[in-house]
Amino acid sequence: MANRIDRREFLKLAALGGVGVVFASALPGVAQAHDQDDFFFLQLSDTHWGFEGPPNPDAKGTLRKAVRSINGLAEKPDFIMFTGDLTHTTDNPVERRRRLSEFRDIVSGLEVKTLRFMPGEHDASLDNGKAFQEFFGSTRYTFDHKGVHFIVLDNVSDPRAQIGEAQLAWLAQDLRQRAADDPIVVFTHRPLFDLVPQWDWATRDGAKAIELLMPYRNVTVFYGHIHQEHHHNTGHIAHHAAKGLMFPLPAPGSQPNRAPLPWDPSAPYKGLGFRGVDADVDEARYTIIEYPVLKA
Amino acid sequence: MNLRRRNFSIGAAAAALGLASTSGYLRAQAPARPKVIKIVAKRFEYTPSHVTLKKGEPVMLELTTRDVVMGFNLPDFGLRADMVPDQVTRLPFVPDKTGTFTFLCDIFCGSGHEEMQGSITVVG
Repeated sequence: MANRIDRREFLKLAALGGVGVVFASALPGVAQAHDQDDFFFLQLSDTHWGFEGPPNPDAKGTLRKAVRSINGLAEKPDFIMFTGDLTHTTDNPVERRRRLSEFRDIVSGLEVKTLRFMPGEHDASLDNGKAFQEFFGSTRYTFDHKGVHFIVLDNVSDPRAQIGEAQLAWLAQDLRQRAADDPIVVFTHRPLFDLVPQWDWATRDGAKAIELLMPYRNVTVFYGHIHQEHHHNTGHIAHHAAKGLMFPLPAPGSQPNRAPLPWDPSAPYKGLGFRGVDADVDEARYTIIEYPVLKA
Repeated sequence: MNLRRRNFSIGAAAAALGLASTSGYLRAQAPARPKVIKIVAKRFEYTPSHVTLKKGEPVMLELTTRDVVMGFNLPDFGLRADMVPDQVTRLPFVPDKTGTFTFLCDIFCGSGHEEMQGSITVVG
């Protein structure tokens, strides 16, 4: 496990270099019999390509800078997961496709072999995910990577912010094939729990998904939507929200509305960034590393 | 016939018929119809966007939308409904706590959706 030790050392050094590290989803005493490789992936979220306004004077440059920072990482991730709101919403279907196309072109510059995508409500809620699917395929899917089962749940293509009975049945069917201690990671755009319903930071039927996941001991959820790092548990299930790459939003419920935080000229890109996740499969432990837009 | 004598007569007649003995009496004594609060939605605003209500006073929210399907969600009271064009959605509501509470559109309706909200102030 030399590589694993090297990665741990790397993460320590990265932390000393100014990126944030959180030890998350630690499940004490869980050690699985099978021998799996650990791995490292990135979560990027809420790039809102097409947004223009004072909250980000570098709206056309931020994502490109993040791509350069990622390409400069000392360790390449196994894959990158984009957790929605790739584009900023527009009522014009032609413009929506133009934004999706430009976004795809920019992220094609990432020197990472596997990129995975899911929509946010800005990408998908006005056409039930039609344009998104033209560019990136299904809005819900599963995949397996080095012993971890990943589930991508779509809680945005229905403009009512619902997962829906059909998708819940699909989820239940998928979970029936899992053992109770299988490591499972769920990606969603919106929080599955009621974070701040007054700000639309919820999924109307998210509790049903949590109920289906609850019997499984090693479940972790990574999501976006709220444009900031946030950690919450529903029972033993940890939910980790990621920063965005266009504008940060206020702390949950901290003010009457969820207007973007103003750009701080003294600290450009403050509150923006992307996330690394180091998966220790044997212990079902995920170490989160928060990276700024610009390489530290 | 004054009202009291009339109510008594209805109650007595109902009892004589073996019916719920005071149903007519209760109907006659039912409180006045709840105050109607009309809220009209259009992309991306509610009119009015602020409503003041009195704690404990029943109201009937009458919700309409002028263009597309909208949501009306008042999470602090667990109250929500769809607003569908050409329909009136009626939501009975008795506010049971004071304060100012946000209502919002919870059906993604376009580029200004995230700003589409209003508030209800409940006074004691």
